[in-house]
Amino acid sequence: MSDTLSICDLCVSVAGKPILRGVDLEIRRGEVHALMGPNGSGKSTLGFAVLGHPGYEVTRGSLELDGEDLLVLEPHERARRGLFMAFQRPVAIPGVKMADFLRHAASNVRNPARKEGEGLIPMREFRKELREKMEQLRMDPQFARRYVNDGFSGGEMKRAEILQMAVLRPKFAILDETDSGLDVDAVRLASRSIAEIGGREMGILIITHHEQLLEHNPPQYTHVMLEGRIVETGGPELAAELHKQGYDRLRADQPAAAAR
Amino acid sequence: MATDVTSTRLDVIGEINKYDFRNEEHYVFKARKGLDAGVVREISAMKDEPAWMLDFRLKSFEVFESKPVPRWGGSIDIDFQNVYYYIKPTDRQEHSWDDVPAEIKTTFDRLGIPEAEKKYLAGVKAQYESEVVYGSLREELSRQGVIFTDTDSALRDHPDLLREYFSTIIPPADNKFAALNSAVWSGGSFIYVPPGVRIEYPLQAYFRINAANMGQFERTLIIVDEGAYVHYVEGCTAPMYSTESLHSAVVEVIAKRGSRVRYTTIQNWANNIYNLVTKRAVAHEDALVEWIDGNLGSRLTMKYPSVYMLGPGARAEILSVAFASAGQHQDAGAKVVHCAPHTSSRIVSKSISKNGGRASYRGLVKVERGAKKSKSSVVCDALILDPKSRSDTYPYIELEEQDVTVGHEASVSRIGEEQLFYLTSRGLTEAEASTMIVSGFIEPLIRELPMEYAVEMNRLIELQMEGTVG
Repeated sequence: MSDTLSICDLCVSVAGKPILRGVDLEIRRGEVHALMGPNGSGKSTLGFAVLGHPGYEVTRGSLELDGEDLLVLEPHERARRGLFMAFQRPVAIPGVKMADFLRHAASNVRNPARKEGEGLIPMREFRKELREKMEQLRMDPQFARRYVNDGFSGGEMKRAEILQMAVLRPKFAILDETDSGLDVDAVRLASRSIAEIGGREMGILIITHHEQLLEHNPPQYTHVMLEGRIVETGGPELAAELHKQGYDRLRADQPAAAAR
Repeated sequence: MATDVTSTRLDVIGEINKYDFRNEEHYVFKARKGLDAGVVREISAMKDEPAWMLDFRLKSFEVFESKPVPRWGGSIDIDFQNVYYYIKPTDRQEHSWDDVPAEIKTTFDRLGIPEAEKKYLAGVKAQYESEVVYGSLREELSRQGVIFTDTDSALRDHPDLLREYFSTIIPPADNKFAALNSAVWSGGSFIYVPPGVRIEYPLQAYFRINAANMGQFERTLIIVDEGAYVHYVEGCTAPMYSTESLHSAVVEVIAKRGSRVRYTTIQNWANNIYNLVTKRAVAHEDALVEWIDGNLGSRLTMKYPSVYMLGPGARAEILSVAFASAGQHQDAGAKVVHCAPHTSSRIVSKSISKNGGRASYRGLVKVERGAKKSKSSVVCDALILDPKSRSDTYPYIELEEQDVTVGHEASVSRIGEEQLFYLTSRGLTEAEASTMIVSGFIEPLIRELPMEYAVEMNRLIELQMEGTVG
């Protein structure tokens, strides 16, 4: 059975205000999907809702992984089922070293039944793994000793998110504007890294405004979101078109959504 | 978890402190309850003290009686006549792990360390071995002229040295509880480090569970001579054994010219305890005094480690962390007094309050006239874990000199929803995530602790945080 993440008629409100108005999306492992759309159309909201942020209230619809209802699960349970999001703006956790944080995270994700206080992945074993992953991503090994996102530059934050994805090896990853704030070379590196990590194992949803991140991750599907709905789905050529021409055609095709 | 414990009084206040395991204690001698000149005389006679000490105790007792209970700080409700003032433990000075009473070993077992955490137990074992090594270190130390003993023994074996410095930093009249300690003190550590001697490993209160160092009214005196260095560590995460609810220690530190003294304390008191401590150091020219102070538990802790910078170039560093939970009030902070030019001080205070606990920072920065070009910086960060809990800041700044740099920053934060979500989205439970955020918050303290204390402190925070969320 191939793993499938199914989002069906998902409606989400934030502070009582409807943001998503019925999103349908199905992602299988090994697929790359691009999600595009103007600012404020609800792309990040979809990510937060899928991961289970308590501030994002699902008012209708379903979210399932191979038929299992994810909506009843806490964020940590969803993570342990194999969901991941690379945050657009990850928060700092002062005083907590990247390596310690990741060791906890990896111990939980790899052993979903793990209870608090139970065995972590042995320190030595994990350090070695982390070092290898960092080498692969061309990161300074000192990075592991820094505090999580504390004082990171924009580029460092994004690379730290990609590192986490590499260590946690989720089944499904949502990359929320992992290219924003990066220069051309950094985006290229990120794009290549994502492709190396993802391979055929992951289903990836890439939220982006730019083509570059897709360079090494050509999407089989491109979705366009407008006012809380996916209004068009196409192949890689749709992403190319939107990059060149923007969203005006879509707005014209979707007067009802655009008028909201 | 704590239901099998033979505890009669721990259920009185709020939640049960998870380290509150106590076994039956055996005592040889127990003074009667209450305090009067007769009890003071009895204590002194028991210890076979010289006349001057008895005299000192009796005068201190008069001062104690004449002073009112302080009205500032926390709420103090103590019936002084319902307290035992002297308890001599059966086993005063264990010399090896084998001599440690079985019930204390049982207490260690009861700290709830799971089988999986053998490394932690290995830490205890390393302790034991370090004690074995300690015998030879002790020889090494005494060859260098270092004195490291308990204060009662110092009074007997080094009477002149002790008398020269004893109570010169904290006179009985300093405050009511310093007076009380002066009248009934027992135990504590005495350290003398001769000029130029640098002790590169931390000196730990003899054995960490040695009752002599954990007394109700311990009295510690540390004298570090010119150019010398010592790091003294006391306390542990085990509960302070106590049948009584009042604990009042006095710690005096003298750092002579060019010396450096670091004093690290981790204390975890049972919830019925008043912990009212006076700690003060003087730093002479170019000396550095560092207080590192971690406070957990207790009903009320009032503790403000102080440094008086007496000579030019003297420095003070005070790092304190307080954790207040249900029924607990941590009124902790620091005092620095700049009495000479080019002196500098830095205070970092961090507090965590949860389940209705209250943590207060109370601090004084004073710069006396003539202490030109002095610098002081104070940073207070409070973390409040739930809406029931409370944090306050009482910073006092007194400047008699204009040519100085003084900075004060304070922040109060709650564990952010975004931090929690970030960590839980990586597979950590909410409780695990909160613990991680709190551990990160106190990391500046943990980083400064000797390894085994750091491990224990982390473990303790985990236990304190258990069941906080959800």
